[in-house]
Amino acid sequence: MNPTQLFQTLGAPFLGILLFLAIWQVGAPKIVTSLGAIPGPVQVFEQFIGLIDEHKAARQKEVEFYQRQEERNTKAKADDPNAEIEVRPYTGKASFFDQILTSLITVMTGFVLAGLIAIPLGIVAGLSQTVYAALNPLIQLFKPVSPLAWLPIVTMIVSAVYVTDNPMFEKSFITSALTVLLCCLWPTIINTTVGVANISKDLQNVSKVLRLSWWTHVRKIVLPSAIPMIFTGLRLSLGIAWMVLIAAEMLAQNPGLGKFVWDEFQNGSSNSLGRIMVAVIVIGLIGFALDRGMLLLQRHVSWDKSLALR
Amino acid sequence: MSKHPDHLLISQVSIDFPTAKGPFRALDKVNLRIEKGEFVSIIGHSGCGKSTVLNIVAGLYKATEGGVILDGREVDEPGPERAVVFQNHSLLPWLTAYENVELAVKQVFKKTKSKAEMREWIEHNLRLVHMDHAMDKRPDEISGGMKQRVGIARALAMEPQVLLLDEPFGALDALTRAHLQDSMMEIQAKLGNTVIMITHDVDEAVLLSDRIVMMSNGPAATVGEILHVNLPRPRNRVAMAESAEYIRCRKAVLSFLYERHGRKEAA
Ligand SMILES: Nc1ncnc2c1ncn2[C@@H]1O[C@H](COP(=O)(O)OP(=O)(O)O)[C@@H](O)[C@H]1O
Ligand SMILES: [Mg+2]
Repeated sequence: MNPTQLFQTLGAPFLGILLFLAIWQVGAPKIVTSLGAIPGPVQVFEQFIGLIDEHKAARQKEVEFYQRQEERNTKAKADDPNAEIEVRPYTGKASFFDQILTSLITVMTGFVLAGLIAIPLGIVAGLSQTVYAALNPLIQLFKPVSPLAWLPIVTMIVSAVYVTDNPMFEKSFITSALTVLLCCLWPTIINTTVGVANISKDLQNVSKVLRLSWWTHVRKIVLPSAIPMIFTGLRLSLGIAWMVLIAAEMLAQNPGLGKFVWDEFQNGSSNSLGRIMVAVIVIGLIGFALDRGMLLLQRHVSWDKSLALR
Repeated sequence: MSKHPDHLLISQVSIDFPTAKGPFRALDKVNLRIEKGEFVSIIGHSGCGKSTVLNIVAGLYKATEGGVILDGREVDEPGPERAVVFQNHSLLPWLTAYENVELAVKQVFKKTKSKAEMREWIEHNLRLVHMDHAMDKRPDEISGGMKQRVGIARALAMEPQVLLLDEPFGALDALTRAHLQDSMMEIQAKLGNTVIMITHDVDEAVLLSDRIVMMSNGPAATVGEILHVNLPRPRNRVAMAESAEYIRCRKAVLSFLYERHGRKEAA
């Protein structure tokens, strides 16, 4: 690597971040809100450490809770072997990191389910003009709708349909995951359809001359050709999904990072702004990591390893 | 000499392509009889409809009028008994040379050959086109000539009754093309396939063919003249260049292409 390249790959990004932090540190204290001055990077980092401590404390409490319960139950059993033993789950306040995990699980659930629906649909629509003609108006109609507009409907439907005494999943989880699913559907269907419809004429002719069965045609020719477009759709979807999920959690008070932000906003303590900023940065980092993850996955399944992926 | 005069019969084939300005008649009443084991070239100016003829024989296009009959059966869809080598190789880029041929072999012989027999057959065909050393390479790792060789191996591996070649060597440099032409002659001598090859190269047509079909210019192109090439086989390109028959054939094709265009221009 020559010096110019080195500067471009390492120096320039580093400088960019440094400059950003400097402007932030200098500018932030000048804006004073009802919750105090806007925290600078240093204060935000302190809040981050605070959140880690809180998380550790919460974990400790949980461990202690179960220990006490266990002791109580052992003692009860010793006193009276027929005693009713109660095992209650710990119900402490979710920490920042618990909320991160909840959001990640929710987004991946909705995203994977959407992929399982959208990729096959996109393939069929790309192969069949008739199916495409049938689907297209619906896609065009629903694609521009913000998934948040679906949220009330999804919430109502989940409440009405998902009625069990012993729910495996929280209703809020299902609502959030369905909202994610709805927004992942369209970009994946559209890109898969385009990818499949644009398979080279020559390869289609090869398939015809060989009289490949529909299934072999899809496996050997359609899927490998359409992989790049399918991944374009998936990456678009996941990016949108992550943004939408945070907003949905804020709006519906469903557990997750969005709820964390909203709760802090409502709390209005002197720490709140700093904590919200920690959340913002973490949301950004996770979004970035999700996209990188998709890239790695694409590189793994794609036949063309030399492909420059960005 | 014609033991199977009606092996492949192209009869009164016309085709109209739909366009914005109404139907466009690309071919008009094309007639051709081809014997078993014959090597026929189709030559004509670019855009006259050579590929269209080939695609109709392959079953990829449907003739508007007339039809194609192979061994007494009408051709109405594509099939591996009419294997095609496309102009730009059309190998699946995500499969190795071996796997590309395998796809065809599995499709054609899945009921009749065992796994081991299939492997032997795939390797045999790759050996035939001198590609056994690069079986595990993907198309983007081999040269254009090698890709075309794999395409030919894939077609041969289907054991087709008719081999259809659409300008198979058109995109290659002269030296590679000469090599592949020699390979093609060698293979055809060995296997005795019926071959229809499209070309725009006069020397290639004369060197390889038993007959050269010269097509008139489109629209409504048709068979202009048919030339028999009475050169003994095996043919050697260097020795041939001086032969009187070679020169006669070459001249006949050139004069058709550049002096008469095959059809009297509407004066
Ligand atoms: N699928 C198609 N739709 C419309 N026109 C076509 C199609 N295929 C070929 N043609 C037209 O038919 C004529 C012959 O084409 P083609 O057979 O490809 O010529 P050649 O192979 O001799 O160069 C051209 O004018 C071309 O534009
Ligand atoms: Mg052509």
